[in-house]
Amino acid sequence: MEQKRVIVVGGGLAGLAAAIRIAEQDIPVDLFSMVPVKRSHSVCAQGGINAANDIAKQQGYSEYQHFDETIYGGDYLADQAPVLEMANFGPKIIDLLDRMGVPFNRTSEGYRQLRLFGGSLFKRTHFSGASTGQQLLYALDEQTRRYESEGKVTKYEFWEFLAPIIKDGKAVGIVAQDMRTMQTRSFKGDAVVMATGGCGLVFGKSTNSVICTGAAAARCYRHGVWYGNPEMIQVHPTAIPGADKCRLMSESARGEGGRVWVPKKAGDTRPGREIPEGERWYFLEERYPDYGNLVPRDIASREIFDVCVNDKMGVFGENQVYLDLTHKDREYLDNRLGAILEIYQKFVGEDPRENPMRIFPAVHYSMGGIWTTYTKGNYDPSQPHGMHNPGETPPIGTEMGLGMQLGAPNNMMTNIEGLYAFGEVNFAYHGATRLGANALLSCIFDGLYNGLSVANYVKNNGGIDAEQSLYDDAVKHEEDYSKSLIDTGSADATPETNPYTIANELGVEMTEASTVVKTGERLEKAEEKLAGLRDRFSRVRLGDAASWTNQSLSFTRATGDMLILAEAIIKGGIVRKESRGSHYRLDYPDRDDDNFMKTTVAKFEGNATRIDLHEIDTRLVKPRPRTYGKTDSKASEKKQETAAAS
Amino acid sequence: MSNTATTPATNSATAKQGRTVRFRILRCDGPGKPSYWSEFDVQPELNANVISCLKQIAEKPVMVDGKEVTPVVWDSGCLEEVCGACTMVINGKVRQSCTCLIDDYAPRDGDTITLEPMSKFPVVRDLWVDRERLFHNLKRVKAWVPIDNTYSLGPGPKESPESQQTHYKLSECMSCGCCLEACPQFTIEEDESKWNNAFIGAHAISQARLFNNHETGKQLKGERLDELAGPGGVADCGNAQNCVKVCPKEIPLTESIGAMGRATTIHKIASFFSGKK
Ligand SMILES: Cc1cc2nc3c(=O)[nH]c(=O)nc-3n(C[C@H](O)[C@H](O)[C@H](O)COP(=O)(O)OP(=O)(O)OC[C@H]3O[C@@H](n4cnc5c(N)ncnc54)[C@H](O)[C@@H]3O)c2cc1C
Ligand code: SF4
Ligand code: SF4
Ligand code: FES
Repeated sequence: MEQKRVIVVGGGLAGLAAAIRIAEQDIPVDLFSMVPVKRSHSVCAQGGINAANDIAKQQGYSEYQHFDETIYGGDYLADQAPVLEMANFGPKIIDLLDRMGVPFNRTSEGYRQLRLFGGSLFKRTHFSGASTGQQLLYALDEQTRRYESEGKVTKYEFWEFLAPIIKDGKAVGIVAQDMRTMQTRSFKGDAVVMATGGCGLVFGKSTNSVICTGAAAARCYRHGVWYGNPEMIQVHPTAIPGADKCRLMSESARGEGGRVWVPKKAGDTRPGREIPEGERWYFLEERYPDYGNLVPRDIASREIFDVCVNDKMGVFGENQVYLDLTHKDREYLDNRLGAILEIYQKFVGEDPRENPMRIFPAVHYSMGGIWTTYTKGNYDPSQPHGMHNPGETPPIGTEMGLGMQLGAPNNMMTNIEGLYAFGEVNFAYHGATRLGANALLSCIFDGLYNGLSVANYVKNNGGIDAEQSLYDDAVKHEEDYSKSLIDTGSADATPETNPYTIANELGVEMTEASTVVKTGERLEKAEEKLAGLRDRFSRVRLGDAASWTNQSLSFTRATGDMLILAEAIIKGGIVRKESRGSHYRLDYPDRDDDNFMKTTVAKFEGNATRIDLHEIDTRLVKPRPRTYGKTDSKASEKKQETAAAS
Repeated sequence: MSNTATTPATNSATAKQGRTVRFRILRCDGPGKPSYWSEFDVQPELNANVISCLKQIAEKPVMVDGKEVTPVVWDSGCLEEVCGACTMVINGKVRQSCTCLIDDYAPRDGDTITLEPMSKFPVVRDLWVDRERLFHNLKRVKAWVPIDNTYSLGPGPKESPESQQTHYKLSECMSCGCCLEACPQFTIEEDESKWNNAFIGAHAISQARLFNNHETGKQLKGERLDELAGPGGVADCGNAQNCVKVCPKEIPLTESIGAMGRATTIHKIASFFSGKK
């Protein structure tokens, strides 16, 4: 019998952690990535990674509290058991990264330094300057290189995943294309792990890297893989709008004391630093005395939106507010936040240590993603717990196997046997809003903890039973599609059929219809727009007929896939007639647990998206209103008519 | 939302909006094919950088003479100078193109910006080069911490904040290759079989220092120094100090080279007396 192998698609934190864990079990790994893995999007993560730690624990925090915060932050949309397992496992991940040599910031005594992050009242975020994602990715990249040099991992960099190969509901390989030579071929795998990250580019400009199109997920979706909670897209409150992307100003800026404000006088023309304290409106601190500037992202984004778009109070009358760090010591700022302050300085040309930064919300993260399942662990309370308060004894311990069963082969497996989804492309952990610094945790947790499940699945499985023709047909299918796109080169060039124009229009439409504030009417309009774009895409014309390193082909193919994912995002939004976390429907402003504390599961059938509602696991924690202690109840009577229309 | 938001004031107040900037781009259709120049006129958007202009060209790849051509090919990722992908030679100097702001480089109507691929790596197509050798050289110095396994074994070694700061600085290297492009000793080598004997480059020497200083990383110190003492090692550095001047992350490369130079000398003497070599 052939040696069993695992295919990992994606070399961000999730993919690398998986590759390392699986290779360590003596199963060879073929690792695919569109970019050298060291350049994966995870490199952009700035702020940090969460886990309970000794200091916070001695102040009344616990793994259980972390779990409770994550569920509450996600507005009770996540299946609860996997989140419990992740929170309990968190501290082990930090220790491991520490052993791998991640330069976590240190206290004077040499322990790991901690910072405050959104959605928590405790310091539970570990960080490495303001480029934590970069440092974590490099550590995993180094370990992967080590396995590569030992022959346990084979890298296919600049290879693009085109399709899963599925036989009788079971994944047996993939089709991929070399982005340089354009060779398309199949690869056999006893299991396939998708770790392809988020889909920010569906919204045009976002904080994501240029390859975060979601196309790989869409390609699985087209082949019958389910997609969960597509409408749950996180808009980050603080980014710098730019010509090509929106650059993030990490939540750590607020964690380190950054304050959000606008001048009390609308349209005040004085530079921010000249406006006296008494004439500044710290609207987040005023409205949320407990959490202040560190309310979760959906809330901060809506408040900023409200202040700028509805109240017209934006700085200089434009859609921007101040994020102010000027009251902090320079050296402190450089040590803690140097990397992001440099980004601001480079792109805006002002020193954020002297002038308050001007920022506005931008699309940032997809909580939704490929639908996955798991095996429940041992913790099964007779009824769900109420709110867990700091200092209370947690109802359970922190050993492995309480939330999920360790090593169960179906942990984070999709509805296709042997096909897994890890990292941002997995829908599992963040419900309707992700808390800051929980993404890096979930990515590495998937790779390490659930990597074991992949290994077990492969070991216990009887090997691949698929004829060669299945692989050849899959390759032929993709080659034909590529050819049909390349052959359009002779048609007339019009904006109508230009792939870049179609993608731009898609981005603008999705940003307007389906981000901070949504309405049924606007979403339905977007559905029509998408139908029009799909029609235009069917006549798309490529400007490059080259058979060598044809980037236009890759982009165009991804555009077609983004259109499909966009449809799922819009349809999920239409079906979910309630407001929950990042999904805020002006026409249904309240959370409706009876009807919608459920996963919206998108299924691609007969060339169209169907949305089903699936029950979720709410055995552990009882839902409570998600107010973050807001002072006035103005929240519910938000006057956002204008907002929805704009 | 940001797509519709107006952006903060531009970088240099003097840049004229609505101007036309000419891009001279050195193109190449693939390995072994000749290089040729193409010129495009672009009206940069507000706060434009080289990448956003390349995107405009991709959308409408029409040259100044009115001829439609294939879109220019380039490499990019993060667009915020942290992934290293978009490195190219701009107006004769190697740097990242995503942070190259048009308002700074071409503030006046009719200004020209020249784009060339890096010359020390084989061109894949147009501005995209193959930097595999750069990563290969990280293997040569075993740039990793040899941990036992990924199971839970408690925390790593304690570290002082001073040591962490040094460690962090070295660890910020994004493998962009600017230091190699600028180095007179690092020359293009397409034959993979020769990579192990050709100059390893400042980035890899600096990574060797990073891991030699790590408590656990130290275990491989000898092997790293063996490599640096061998052909293409630290002795090949001519101390021209070009590398440190172009490193976008301001990594103290000459300091690393100095430190590794001394360490290899001591290592060679020690190995000589212990009869290892
Ligand atoms: C600016 C920014 C800052 C952030 N800061 C934080 C933070 O401080 N804390 C936190 O917890 N989270 C943060 N996040 C979120 C976090 O960075 C991401 O969710 C996480 O890095 C995703 O990792 P991943 O491994 O799932 O995917 P990625 O790192 O996106 O990697 C995806 C991989 O898949 C590959 N791939 C994609 N498509 C294909 C294809 N078709 N074929 C082959 N390969 C493919 C890519 O090449 C890449 O290797 C931040 C995000 C952004 C945008
Ligand atoms: S100092 Fe050495 S490595 Fe740096 S540019 Fe000069 S020769 Fe190259
Ligand atoms: S040392 Fe500097 S210039 Fe060289 S690869 Fe690293 S970041 Fe780039
Ligand atoms: S695109 Fe990442 S450094 Fe420029």
